[in-house]
Parts: sequence; structure tokens; C-alpha cells
Amino acid sequence: MNNPPDISQDPKEYEEYAHGIQKHVRGYLMVGALLLTFTVITVALSYVHFGTDKANIAIAMLVATLKAGAVALVFMHLAAEKRLIYRILIFTGFFVMGLFWLILLAWYDYPIFH
Amino acid sequence: MEIPYTVSNRPDTGLWNAKIGIWLFLASEVMLFGALFSAYIFLRIDAAPGTWPHGLLNVPVGTMNTAILIISSVTVVLAWAALKMRRYRAYWWYMLATITCGLIFLTVKLAYEWPQKFEHFGAYIKPDALAKYEKYLGNERRLEKGLEPRIEITGHLHSQNATEYEVALDPVNADPDDPAMDRPHFIPLPVTDKIATIEKADVQRATMFLPTHSAYFASYFTITGLHGLHVLGGVIVFIYMWLPVSKKLYQRNPEHLANRVEVSGLFWHFVDLVWIFVFPLFYLL
Amino acid sequence: MDPSASVETHHDPHSHAGEHEHHELGWWRKYIFSTDHKVIGIQYGLCGLAFLFLGFCLMMLMRWQLAYPGQALPVIGKFLPHIFGPGSMPDGKMTPDFYNSLGAMHGTIMIFLGVVPLAFAAFGNFVVPLQIGAPDMTFPKVNAASFWAFGVGGVIMLISFFVPGGAAKSGWTSYTPLAGIADSGPGHNPVFNGQTLWLIGFIFLITSSLLGAVNFITTIIQLRAKGLTWMRLPFFVWAQFVTAFLLLLAFPPLEAAIVMQLMDRLAHTSFFLPTGLVVNGVPMSISGGGSPLLWQHLFWFLGHPEVYVLILPAFGIVAEILANNSRKPLWGYKSLVFSVLVIGFLSFIVWAHHMWLTGMGSAVSAFFQTTTLLISIPSVIILSAFFISLWGGSIRFNVPMLFTIAFLPMFGIGGLTGIPLAFNSADLYLHDTYYVIAHFHYIVAPGTIFGLFAGVYYWFPKATGRKMSEFWGKVHFWPTLICMNMIFLPMFLQGMAGMHRRWYDGGQGWNVANDHTIWGLTGFQWNHPISWAAWAMGLAQIPFIINFFWSIKHGEKVNDNPWEATTLEWTAPSPPPHGNFVHTPVAYRGPYEYSLPGRERDFTMQNEPVEPAERTRRKPPAEPVLA
Repeated sequence: MNNPPDISQDPKEYEEYAHGIQKHVRGYLMVGALLLTFTVITVALSYVHFGTDKANIAIAMLVATLKAGAVALVFMHLAAEKRLIYRILIFTGFFVMGLFWLILLAWYDYPIFH
Repeated sequence: MEIPYTVSNRPDTGLWNAKIGIWLFLASEVMLFGALFSAYIFLRIDAAPGTWPHGLLNVPVGTMNTAILIISSVTVVLAWAALKMRRYRAYWWYMLATITCGLIFLTVKLAYEWPQKFEHFGAYIKPDALAKYEKYLGNERRLEKGLEPRIEITGHLHSQNATEYEVALDPVNADPDDPAMDRPHFIPLPVTDKIATIEKADVQRATMFLPTHSAYFASYFTITGLHGLHVLGGVIVFIYMWLPVSKKLYQRNPEHLANRVEVSGLFWHFVDLVWIFVFPLFYLL
Repeated sequence: MDPSASVETHHDPHSHAGEHEHHELGWWRKYIFSTDHKVIGIQYGLCGLAFLFLGFCLMMLMRWQLAYPGQALPVIGKFLPHIFGPGSMPDGKMTPDFYNSLGAMHGTIMIFLGVVPLAFAAFGNFVVPLQIGAPDMTFPKVNAASFWAFGVGGVIMLISFFVPGGAAKSGWTSYTPLAGIADSGPGHNPVFNGQTLWLIGFIFLITSSLLGAVNFITTIIQLRAKGLTWMRLPFFVWAQFVTAFLLLLAFPPLEAAIVMQLMDRLAHTSFFLPTGLVVNGVPMSISGGGSPLLWQHLFWFLGHPEVYVLILPAFGIVAEILANNSRKPLWGYKSLVFSVLVIGFLSFIVWAHHMWLTGMGSAVSAFFQTTTLLISIPSVIILSAFFISLWGGSIRFNVPMLFTIAFLPMFGIGGLTGIPLAFNSADLYLHDTYYVIAHFHYIVAPGTIFGLFAGVYYWFPKATGRKMSEFWGKVHFWPTLICMNMIFLPMFLQGMAGMHRRWYDGGQGWNVANDHTIWGLTGFQWNHPISWAAWAMGLAQIPFIINFFWSIKHGEKVNDNPWEATTLEWTAPSPPPHGNFVHTPVAYRGPYEYSLPGRERDFTMQNEPVEPAERTRRKPPAEPVLA
């Protein structure tokens, strides 16, 4: 989904522009409805037992990631953003994953605890 | 002196200043909440059996709050779209809706959810006294089924003296052998009128459901508290943009106001996004 | 108002300033609550220098206790109990708690209130917008907020000295559970106690750094002058750019950790307190289930990038001065830039090398050992490029250059002595000895701080229009250089002899510090020359302080470009007016075009257009010339 175009300085093109935004508004409403639906699905899934707790956690996190992805892509316009923003976020994502993964790796690697 | 590119795009980056600024700020926020979630994971995998509670939070209220935040995310993006279409009236109403949603969220959190926890009582039983309270814990059956042991008796603190607690039990301790109690309930069950007497000598530690209660409540109150501060910050910024001062900026340079709303909206969506993870991690799993 | 019109019409900087809001601002808005990046930079600079001196004073006090343990400190010792309370130095003798406070606060003040504000915030604020040809930072109000958040944090840290129990005393790293239980219990206020105030002060300092980092990055991305492409940026700007990213992404995890430790102390949670914690023989009433190692991970996730926050701005300053005073282009500009980027990237994944002693397993140790050694490669590239830059130059030995040249070997010593610490097995022996103290102080004291001194002398004319005295600069430089080495070189010996860095008595009561002599002195006796050198170095700073303040009013007046430098900040008037430039600068060339052939002058400024003759001369041959 593309971002709405910048407003035109030309009053003649304004009609067209407002129409373009209007289409996006419909998209935002649909994504909002989708998010609400997914919230209900998350809650419902948590009352289904998928064998192990880990499976339940994985499924809940998967749904949460989908929801977060929808927020980021549509509401935060990440579906079509400038390259610079992506670069910043890629590095951030890398470092936050490093934080998660390396701390866990270190934790499971302590011979005295395991 | 005027700073370039506050409203218009710099040609080579295609962005105006505040948009880069807010994304950098959000990057730092990702690291902040990332560290908190990594602490959550760390504490949870490290938790001794039975010390990580389940089903203590009010799921319907949490679900409602989630929905409220999602709706506010929609209204703030609509407010921005309305400004882009130069419809100030619509913008004003959407903004008001967003502010209202934020305030409802905070009120529910601070005036209902948290105080309800503060009134709840829990007593961790010493390992060698667990057998004595078997009728409240039901560990024999749980052991057979391969479930984590129960080591805590919860409910409402009825009264206490120098040696004993009298607790109006939660259903889970009132009827521990009921298989229906093995998993959390969607609609929280009220405290029963069954009163248990617990000797203080058998109790390892007894507190209300405060941050000090357990690693679970410590991370719950810290993360939701910090998240609540973000909601509060967002609401304050939105109120500023909704007040008549913003109308003056709108009349002078509508695109500038639209940019401001976009930037604060990005922050608001991020706060929503964090909640999307907080909700299942603390309420459901 | 059309910006281009303003540039065309106002040639006189004073009339330029007069026509804008500039003259309407009162004294308070102009010099105290200013949003002008130059004023904020100078405010940061003065605060940073003051805090550096304060941190150094704390250390001079500690050096007394280390050299003469248990003896009353003459003269000053009588007054200190009146300032720091009777529990600090009764009868002039230092108590262990006060010693620990001094140690913890020396580290905190030097790093977070001294070097970061000076290296990153002061030089970054003052120099970066000028070097990229910008009128100000992108968010001037955020910039002011950043400074005032820093101010609040600094004041809270200072207040913590005067609360019952004294300032934080669990080391600058505030390891839990020690820090989690310190300064609590009877006689301590739940909020106004050293450790809690340390945490609260830190939240403000982190906020300040985050706001600053956002501002710096956006400014460098958005406000570069026309023609100032990424590869034409002065190396200093690159260094600040990477530094800002380090602060932006490494500080938040520490902020999270600090919030959690604050919860541990105020709400009695157990984020970092393990199950079964017993203090003074009494089991603590806590839920437990926390992890002290989690604090260490989150702390060092900041802590290691922080090391590069301290050194990268100094690299940047050194690069500028080196090129300027050797009158030739910086050698290997592109490799320098990529090295700094690689350092920035790798610095996020080396942190656990501070935690070898926690007994990590071999897999994780191998990972962090590898990344730690990898990061030494770009560091060595940078240092080598600096040395090669000197080769064949016509070097001017002015004061900034003296500090710069001294920086190179000093940083070299600091860097190379770090390599044994990078190895798990060697570190097990050296960890927490004076060897470590010597190693990192060689990087930050004669390293970073020499870089900062060089920067102060170098950009002083830009800020004031006057030069600092060369003679008194040299009087400052030589004793400082000699004392620095007299302080830190013997510490390598002490450390290798096994002396522990946290001994309150300087090692007097420990066999390992007394049984063997190193070059005629025992480990403990080495404390005497070290301490005397430290106090002598304190005296050596007096010429600098006097020179600094005297020169503001009475220094030699100089033109806008006294060092005959090439970068854009020297095209602005000295001191630059509000809005910085009389003409909006345009960059036509790289940052270090010194000694271009065929030019009258030996420097060509970035805003000098490329001449047609130059263009043909620079053109590469149309076809490769084959022998």
C-alpha cells in the first residue's frame, strides 16, 4: 500500500488529491478492523492448548508479530518509506536481536548453571 | 535565521527533519523496550517451577484496552489524513477521539486494573510445608498430570494475627483438584467465601500483588508502567495539537501541522505496537 | 522571509544579527537558556571541563589514601568533613565508605559528566553545524532541552554527595546485588540516598544523550551544505555521526536496566536480586528470581559502545588537527571512514568481554573473543593512517599539534595493552587489577583527554576570536604528558604483580603488594610516585585554567582562519553570529586539500570553486596507460 501523495499546490488537482487520500482512509479503516479481529483471535487461541506451552507462546507471538507488522507497514507508512529510514531500522533490528540472542546464548552457555 | 527542511523535503533524502528525528527516537525506543522484553524472557526462563503465575490478570479488560489502543491508532491516522485533505473540523474530532481513547486506557489501567491487583493477597508456602496445605494446592494430581506444582495460596486477606493469615480463597485454591482450574478462565472467577487459615511459620513470603510479589509482577508493573508513561506523553502532545494554538499554525502553514501530527502519530503507533506484544505476554501466556 | 535574499543583502554579520530576533533576546535567553548551538556547545564545554576537574579532584583525594593509608590528610583533611559530612574523613582520615564513594563517583563523573559532554556534546554542538555549513542544529529547542536534562542529572549527582550515607559507592558499574542493597536500611532515606540518586541522575543523563544523539544525526543528514557530500565530510563529522548512533542505540538498554534497578530499590522488586540472597547473615525478604548477570549484560551493552563514545570524538579532533598541522591531506580518508563505521557496528557485539570472570561457557567466550579481536583491526587502521599522515608533512608544532602527536603513542599503548584483556584466559589473571586501570586510562586520559585539550586549543579562536597563549599551552602540555605516564605506566607493573584495583589501603595489608619488589619498589611503594605524579599533574592544569579564562578577554586577536585550515567552520566569522554564516557556504571539494600543487597558498578551503585548470589536471587518463 503506497503512501498518500503530497498535496498539490494546484487547486485544480486538489479534487483528485483528496480522492486519493480518501482511498487510503478506507485502507486504514480496514486495517483497524483487521487488527481488532486479530486481537479476538489472539485471545481465543490462548484458550486452545497446542500441546506445549512453548507452542502456545510461539503462536501468540506469531499473531502479535502479524499485528505489529500491519501497524508498522500501514499506519506507520513503512510499506513505502525512504531508504534512509529502512537503513536506520535495519541496524536497530540487528542490534536488538543481538541483545536478545546473545544474552540468551550466554545464559544457556554458563556451565555452572546447567 | 530559519532551519531548512522543517516542512519541505530535502531533495537527496526525500525527508523533512522531524521525520528522521522521530524515527531515530523510535529506534532508541525499540532498544529500550527490547531490553525490557529481553529481561522478561530472561526472568521467565529462569523462574523456578511454580513461581511464574498464569491467569492472574483480567483478560476481558485487557482485551478492551487493546481494542481501545487500536481504535486510537486508527483515529490518529484519520486525523492526519483529514489534515492532509485540509478538513480541520474532521481533524479536530478525530483528535478528540484519540485523546479520549488514550485517557480511557490510562484510567482503566490506573484506576481499575492496578488497584485490583494491589488488593489481592498471595502467600508462598515453604517447600517443607507444602504437603500440609495439599487441600488448597492439589499438587498430587498436578504431579500425575505433569503440571507445574502450585506453591502459592492466593485470595483476599480476611484478617491476620501474630501467627496466622485468614484468606478468602481464590477458586483455584478453593477447589484445586477441579481440572477446570488447570487453565486460566476468560471471565475472572470471583473470590470464594471459603476461608483458609495459613500459619505464618509455614509461609515463605506473603505480599499483596505488588511489584515486589514476584518477578512476574515486577516486570508487569515496570513494563506497563513505562508503557503508561508513553501513553501519557502521547496524550499530552495530542492535547497540545488539539487546542486552539494548533489552529493558528494550521492557518499559517497547514502542512507543518500535518507533519507534527504525523510525527506524534508515529510515536502513538509505536506505543500501540508495544502494547500488542505486552498484551499476550502478560495477560494470556 | 526568503533565506536566499537574506544572504544576499546582509554582508555585515552585525547588521545581519541585528535584523533578526537576536537582539531582542535578553541576557538570560542569550547566554543561559539559549537555543543557539554555539552557546549550548560552550555551556556543555564549560560544564564538562568543570566536571573533569572535579572528577580529577576526587581521584587526587583517593591517591592520598592509596599512598598513605590511614594517615590524616594534611590541611585539606580538616575541611573535608565539614563539606562531605562527619562520616567522610573523620580527623582527616578517609573512611572505607567515603573511599568507595570517591571511586564510584570518579568514574561516573569523568565518563558521563566530563568526557561525554565535552567530547560529544560540546565539540559536536559547536563544531559540527559549522563544519557542515548549517545555520544551527535541526531541533534547537530539543538541543537546549538536552543540555538542561544534562544539567539536572549533574546536579542530582552532585547532591548525592551530601545526603546521609554519601554518594553511590558500588563502583561506576553499579553491579548488583551490591548496588541493589547499598545505601538502604536504617539511616538512609528511601529516595535521597547515594545509589538511588545515582540512578535517578542517570535517567536524566541518558535522556540528555538520547536527545542530543537524535539531533546530531538528523543535523548531519539533513543540514549539510550544498555540495558537501558524504565523502567530503570532515572526519570529525563522521566520528560524531557514528558516536551519536552509539549513544542512540546503546543507552536505552542501560536506561531499561536503571529503571529496573530503581524498581528494585524503591518498589522492592527482584530484577537483579537472586533467590536466597543473604545480607549480613540475614536472608533478605525479597521474592528473588532475579539475575545479577542480567544487569551486567545490560550495563555492558552500553558500557562497551560507551568506550567508543569516549574515543571516537577524540579520533575526529585528532584527524582535523593532524591534517591541518602536517599541511597535507589526511592519509586514507576512505579507510578511516569505513573503519569508524565498522568500529561502530562491532562495538555492539563485544560487550561480554567485560564479563569473562563470570564463568561464561566456551561457545559464547569464543564468540566475544573473536569480535573483540576483530574490532582491533579498524582501530589499528585508524591509528596507522594517522601516523602515515605525518609522513612527509611539514609539521607545525603548535600546542594543539603537540597534544595531537602525544595522543598517537598514548592511544597506541592503551589499545595494545587491551589485547591481553581480550583473551579470556589472560584476563582471568589480569581482571580487576591495576593493569586494567592502566589500560583503559591510557585510552581515556592521555588518549581522549589529550584529544580534547587539543580541540580546546584548536577551536578556541573560532569561539572567541582570540588564540590561547602558545607559551602557557606548552607549560601545560609537557608536565601533563610526563605526569600522565608517571601515573599510568607503573600501574601496568602493579597490575601484573597482582595488585587488585579496589583495595582501600593501597595494598598495604596484602602480601602480594609487599613481598616482591619491582624495579626497587614494592607494589605498595609504587603508590607514592604515582600519587605525587597525580598531584603534580593537578598543578600542571593551573596554567591551562588561567590561560583559558585570560585568553577569552586578553588573548591574541586572530583572523577567521588562524590555523589556515580548509574546512567550512573557518569560513564563518569568529565568533560566528547567530545563524553562523554570512554567505551560505557551498562545498566544492574534499575536506583536506592541503598543499595542492599549482596553488599560491598551501591550503584550499572547501568552499573554493574548482578552477578549470585544476579540473583538467585532475582528470584521470581516458584510457589506461599500458607499458
